Amino acid sequence: MKSSSMGQSKKTVKTLTYVFLILGSVIMIFPFIWMILTSLKTMAESTQVPPTIFPKVLHWKNFSDAMASLPFMRMYANTILMIFFRVICAVLFSSMAGYAFAKLNFKGKNLLFSLVVVQQMLPSQIFITPQYQMLAKMSMTNTIFALVFPGLVSAFGTFFLRQAYLGIPNEIGEAAYLDGCNQWQTFYKVMFPLTTSSIAALAVFTAVFAYSDLMWPLIVNSDLNMMTLSSGLATLRGQFTTNYPVLMAGSLLAMLPMVILYLFFQRQFIEGVAMTGSK
Amino acid sequence: MGKGKMSAAAKREQNWGWIMVAPTIIGLLVLNVYPFIQTLIMSFSTHLGFGTYEFKGIGNYTDMLKSPEFWKATWNTIYFCILTVPIGIFLALLVAILLNAKIKGKSVFRAIFFLPMVCAPAAVTMVWRWIFNSDYGVLNSVLGAKINWVTNPNLVMITCAIVAIWSAIGYDAVLLLSGLQNISKSYYEAADIDGASKVTQFFSITLPMVSPTLFVVLIMRIMSSIKVYDLIYMMVDEANPALTSAQSLMFLFYRESFVAGNRGYGSAVVIWTVVLIGVITAVQFIGQKKWVNYEV
Repeated sequence: MKSSSMGQSKKTVKTLTYVFLILGSVIMIFPFIWMILTSLKTMAESTQVPPTIFPKVLHWKNFSDAMASLPFMRMYANTILMIFFRVICAVLFSSMAGYAFAKLNFKGKNLLFSLVVVQQMLPSQIFITPQYQMLAKMSMTNTIFALVFPGLVSAFGTFFLRQAYLGIPNEIGEAAYLDGCNQWQTFYKVMFPLTTSSIAALAVFTAVFAYSDLMWPLIVNSDLNMMTLSSGLATLRGQFTTNYPVLMAGSLLAMLPMVILYLFFQRQFIEGVAMTGSK
Repeated sequence: MGKGKMSAAAKREQNWGWIMVAPTIIGLLVLNVYPFIQTLIMSFSTHLGFGTYEFKGIGNYTDMLKSPEFWKATWNTIYFCILTVPIGIFLALLVAILLNAKIKGKSVFRAIFFLPMVCAPAAVTMVWRWIFNSDYGVLNSVLGAKINWVTNPNLVMITCAIVAIWSAIGYDAVLLLSGLQNISKSYYEAADIDGASKVTQFFSITLPMVSPTLFVVLIMRIMSSIKVYDLIYMMVDEANPALTSAQSLMFLFYRESFVAGNRGYGSAVVIWTVVLIGVITAVQFIGQKKWVNYEV
């Protein structure tokens, strides 16, 4: 008798779990669906009261209109190059420094590492104005280099990869050393390949945050042809406030590359971010 | 080894150490330490244009403390935290607990909740503005109302908070889920044998065991809420009558430094924000002793 009522309540809990999750998922996904549906409506249809749910005719012209109002090909290229160089720099320099901080003894190590820790805790806005002024002095605004500039090194990456190297037993490095590897060879032949999952996590983290960043690209690159997807899209925020179908088409075009990557590498994205967040 | 002469091997190791940290350390000095000092100096100076400055003493700070716009921005930022952090973390914990149950399609649900994380705020805020549009927005159509979600000064922060919670919930839930998955099943089995109810189990097992993760999420969420900028920038344009009611500290910083050109004043706003973050984080670290459980 008791066990059957237990089974009953277990079933109710399970049903409620699904109800909540499905309801939540609908709320999470609705804006994206609405974005797609609106991007295919004519302007007249989108402002119809009451609104239609599905477009009567698929109005693909919104996408060519969006492409005409912003240099999307340039924005894609700029964003990809920015992400590429930021990821390379973060992974390369942070791996080297992370390894040294974790496994090598050298004078000034603690002092230098405290520099990394403190920097990692400060918000990036405190550096932005002088960083911009340096670039302006070098006449380097409106370049890809300007987009990469604050990401040339990564205090967070150094901190994070140091943790990864601390997790590798010292014996592995010592064995390589006895086999005749010097410190550099020990690092890049033996230790570096052991941190691939952490490197993947750092790469995903760096890419997602560079892609989302708005303030820095808005400040350094004012030329529309040198903007990223985020900052380029932001220039539309005042204009076309009535032409939402074109705006939605533009937003969709800006989101697409990352969302497609996400669909393919969903697990790496989520685990990468969870890993970098919890350490 | 200590004070004596280093062995050749130790010396080589030291050289390699220096070489390997050099790019990062030089980068940090140029990109962070020097700019940090510059910002501090600038906050005591007037910007004369073209990157030249004149020392002004504490003028920027007294101007700032006398400015109603500054206090409004400080309050807006704190109000944004109050609106987003407790509800956001509560919902994220709820989602994490639901995802931790034995259910089908777990990875699909997780992927859906996480989706806003990989979408640029610039893009998602566009669609939210369209949903909240007072004339043709789908929300007002459904409610049969004509609410000015984005232009009403009393509502604009709540509207921004809804978008912020929606954006962050999946990220926080993923972190909390990894915390929940670390709790050993044996605790629950023992509690079941003792006849403890699920509610009791939640408060006596789940919550204390997940509290370290909860603390990390809380700290991160508060920090990023104080730094909120992109979402509000996209939601509220210069022509919006509710601009001053939605202007966060970082938005004020951006407008002063890069729109109005008052970089000295802007720097003072940044320094203030960093102090604010520092104080709130310190309070969190003191307060955690009362509720975070590190004993396993």
